[in-house]
Amino acid sequence: MHHSIEIDHLSFSYPDGHAALRQVTMHIQPGEKVALVGPNGAGKSTLILHLNGILTGQGEIRVAGLPVTKPNLGKVRARVGLVFQNPDDQLFSPTVYEDVAFGPLYQGFPPAEVRQRVAEALTVVNMRNYEKRISHHLSAGEKKRIAIATVLSMKPEVLVLDEPTAGLDPRARRSLIQLLQELPLTMLVSTHDMHMVKEIFPRMIIMDEGRIVADGPTDLLMQNEELLCAHGLEKP
Amino acid sequence: MHVHFLDPYRPGQSPIHKLDSRVKFVLTLAFIFAAALTPTGAWAIYILLLALVLGVEVLSELRVGYVLKRAALALPFILAALPIVFTMPGEPRFILSIGPWALTASLPGLERFISIAIKSWVSVQAAIVLASTTEFPDLLMAMRAVRVPRLLVSIFGLMWRYLFVLADEAIRLMRARLSRSGVSDQAGLKPGGSLAWRARVTGGMAGSLFVRAFERSDRIYMAMLARGYDGEARSEPLQALSGASWVVLALSLFTLLALLVFALLFWA
Repeated sequence: MHHSIEIDHLSFSYPDGHAALRQVTMHIQPGEKVALVGPNGAGKSTLILHLNGILTGQGEIRVAGLPVTKPNLGKVRARVGLVFQNPDDQLFSPTVYEDVAFGPLYQGFPPAEVRQRVAEALTVVNMRNYEKRISHHLSAGEKKRIAIATVLSMKPEVLVLDEPTAGLDPRARRSLIQLLQELPLTMLVSTHDMHMVKEIFPRMIIMDEGRIVADGPTDLLMQNEELLCAHGLEKP
Repeated sequence: MHVHFLDPYRPGQSPIHKLDSRVKFVLTLAFIFAAALTPTGAWAIYILLLALVLGVEVLSELRVGYVLKRAALALPFILAALPIVFTMPGEPRFILSIGPWALTASLPGLERFISIAIKSWVSVQAAIVLASTTEFPDLLMAMRAVRVPRLLVSIFGLMWRYLFVLADEAIRLMRARLSRSGVSDQAGLKPGGSLAWRARVTGGMAGSLFVRAFERSDRIYMAMLARGYDGEARSEPLQALSGASWVVLALSLFTLLALLVFALLFWA
């Protein structure tokens, strides 16, 4: 049995020389739900973009047992569902249906299977009746759910989300938290929402200045106010 | 994760970098005018103009190779002048036959074409040196100084500011598409979809980029209104040009004028 995410000694510098990741190592078991927290600029988003090979640094990454290397990128991308922070980046088709169908269509599934996957994904996020809607006209909470459906339709093994609750109203946030709690997938979620972390993520990884500074049970780390404070976080 | 490759500016400490942007702007324009007004076939003057611009490139520490590479951008535009070779009346040089047509190249036509090619080539080099050694805000200031309409200058400024935002947005869109472009483990499936489908997706992305640019412009306008914008672009008064800058400006303009007069006297 392989780990869902295995990162060993990953380092990455942007072309301008700024070191965004320094010797990052983390292992996540199948089914585990892990929160990735830390101040802005800590390297969380950079790390996430490594999980499906959009950025490539030095070090080793394996996702769902596959090394993230050039020949594997297609398969890796089918196994990792990456949900970007801004749903507008993710929803680039005119209608909700076309957006959710993008992944399965790209993989070459026959039309019947594509339709079924879209229906399933939309049902999971409680947006069954939105197929014909125009993505552009949805509310932020609705867009977020559709963005998640666009990756669920690929039936990924790992779900990676970047700041899923940013900009949502309390009700939309609440229903999103419930959705994340119910989804039976391995999850790595970058966030600033410490209340959500406490509620649904048993494990928490703190990053700062490109390094992992703490990795452990959320209950334990949340009690260490000094640690949280030192890395720009607040105890919920 | 931001786009910088669009910005032609190369930081440096060369005398050309340090020259006042207004002087550079006016001299670049003057150089381009001089090149444009030089009569056809004034080869000696062309060589002098080329020497001038190459000299400035060396002074600017940009590396001549870099400027020449970028100047290759002018090549497709030069092609637009190609018909001249065959349409100018004069002594025939050679005949090009394409199927049923025979095109006769004349000597004056050839001369005119090569002249246009050289002139555009040196002019583009001058513009590249200007853009590579002057930061864009300084260029805008120079445009204001020579009385380019303020509205136009502020449109250039806004375009420059938001071009990068838009390019970043496009990159994020493409990244999101790439992330979902996976290959299934199921055997027998051909990934990638049909060409028509991919074209439709790309069209959707372009449309979404357009809609977002449009909405952003609305928000920017509202933010400008909120800070008291009334349709009039205002700016701080310009600093006076230093004595040394005036001297450089006057001497260079004189040189260009002398070259041009010389060219008109001997070749026109």
